[in-house]
Amino acid sequence: MDFLRPASWEEALAAKAEHPTAVPIAGGTDVMVEINFDHRRPEYLLDLNRVGDLYEWEVGEESVRLGASVPYTRIMENLRAELPGLALASHTVASPQIRNRGGVGGNLGTASPAGDAHPALLAAGAEVEAESVRGTRRIPIDDFYTGVKRNALAPDELIRAVHIKKADGPQQYSKVGTRNAMVIAVCAFGLALHPRTRTVRTGIGSAAPTPVRAKTAEEFLNAALEEGGFWDNGKIIAPSVAKQFADLCAAASSPIDDVRGTASYRRHAVGVMARRTLTWTWESYRGARRTAKGAA
Amino acid sequence: MRVNFTVNGRPQEADDVWEGESLLYVLRERLGLPGSKNACEQGECGSCTVRLDGVPVCSCLVAAGQAEGRDVVTVEGLAEYARQRAEHGGCSTGSCGTPGLPGLEGTPAAGTAGASPSLGGADGRPTGGADSHTGEGTELAPIQQAFIDAGAVQCGFCTPGLLVAADEMLERNPNPTDADIREALSGNLCRCTGYEKIMDAVRLAAARQGEAV
Repeated sequence: MDFLRPASWEEALAAKAEHPTAVPIAGGTDVMVEINFDHRRPEYLLDLNRVGDLYEWEVGEESVRLGASVPYTRIMENLRAELPGLALASHTVASPQIRNRGGVGGNLGTASPAGDAHPALLAAGAEVEAESVRGTRRIPIDDFYTGVKRNALAPDELIRAVHIKKADGPQQYSKVGTRNAMVIAVCAFGLALHPRTRTVRTGIGSAAPTPVRAKTAEEFLNAALEEGGFWDNGKIIAPSVAKQFADLCAAASSPIDDVRGTASYRRHAVGVMARRTLTWTWESYRGARRTAKGAA
Repeated sequence: MRVNFTVNGRPQEADDVWEGESLLYVLRERLGLPGSKNACEQGECGSCTVRLDGVPVCSCLVAAGQAEGRDVVTVEGLAEYARQRAEHGGCSTGSCGTPGLPGLEGTPAAGTAGASPSLGGADGRPTGGADSHTGEGTELAPIQQAFIDAGAVQCGFCTPGLLVAADEMLERNPNPTDADIREALSGNLCRCTGYEKIMDAVRLAAARQGEAV
């Protein structure tokens, strides 16, 4: 094994181009487990800890450019207003020690269906900034996950940052596990209201071969909210609508039985989380509308 | 490969390090610092918790090469780290505990010296004399004393990680709520105590810290 230690992003890209099999390591919270347990013996480890840019973020007009190695702890502390869904998801990651090391770049690189960040990224809307010596491209998050622990990166590409849409409405995140800490999701759900475009977006974790959006459920809800004038009148969403949305979310998952839970439990839990996160976000949206009216 | 880094205020050099080796392995097997415990090797249990540039991390998940040029504090250096922090009026950057202060090995406090090796993690092994590097012969950190006084140590395997995590929380948050303590220690598993005595110990350390100010 060789330990490659690039001092800059350019050096990192050059190293990845020269050694496409090199395994990038940043927080190490996935890679080191595999090495410790002898599940993986990469020819090259590509240490990204020295690349300072990866630990920075910029808040822009429309989106946040989040460096691939920004630890979850920083996201929780600094980006709760701009990225509420991702901040909530970050808080469910493992433990303080892990959140101090791990970041979204690693979650995307590993591309586990159970990765905690994915449902929040899908719901908010995001693009992955991938780069190689050949150039930079932005991969829409909907096209990024290609299979179980597979993603759209080319062998010579590294993840530099993630561009995540700033919240324009309430966002929620929910995760099922046996306790509050140190839990790999049995399943997870992210939901974001986008009042500006009058749309709702979702993300389902750990209930399909890849993280997925419940697109049919989104379309149903978008139409129902539009028809009823809900975005303007701020009425309570009828239980029947919430139930239909929940059922469609459950139907969008294609879970398996495993040690953490059965497929039918997961499908059920996705529906419950969908209904709850919709209720929470919608109540928050209504509350914000009332406050805005009261102030006016 | 060779790795150079600072441990408990002293420059260290480890040779013939395998590229896939963890920081934990280097600390325990190459530098003679077995205080940080090796249990799950997957970041689940927190017993290997150290501070890397001031930040609590699982040393089993840090590749040794990633520690190059960086600053590590282990449970063996916790007492000295806490002492320097107290002298410099608190410091959350993690940089305050780093400068080695030669010749500042404290004398063992009566009554606690006997507990020092297990808490300090020296495991009773000869580690080359009393000093602030191995933690032998130094006074205990307030959090260590509180663990003893509250009876928060049973088998002791989780204790070093809990001490490092709890000490860091008290540095950041001098008046933690119970929820704050639970969250800060949520990455540290203990299979003996049921955590109640550990909670007592952290509350005790917080209270004593408050009195001292």
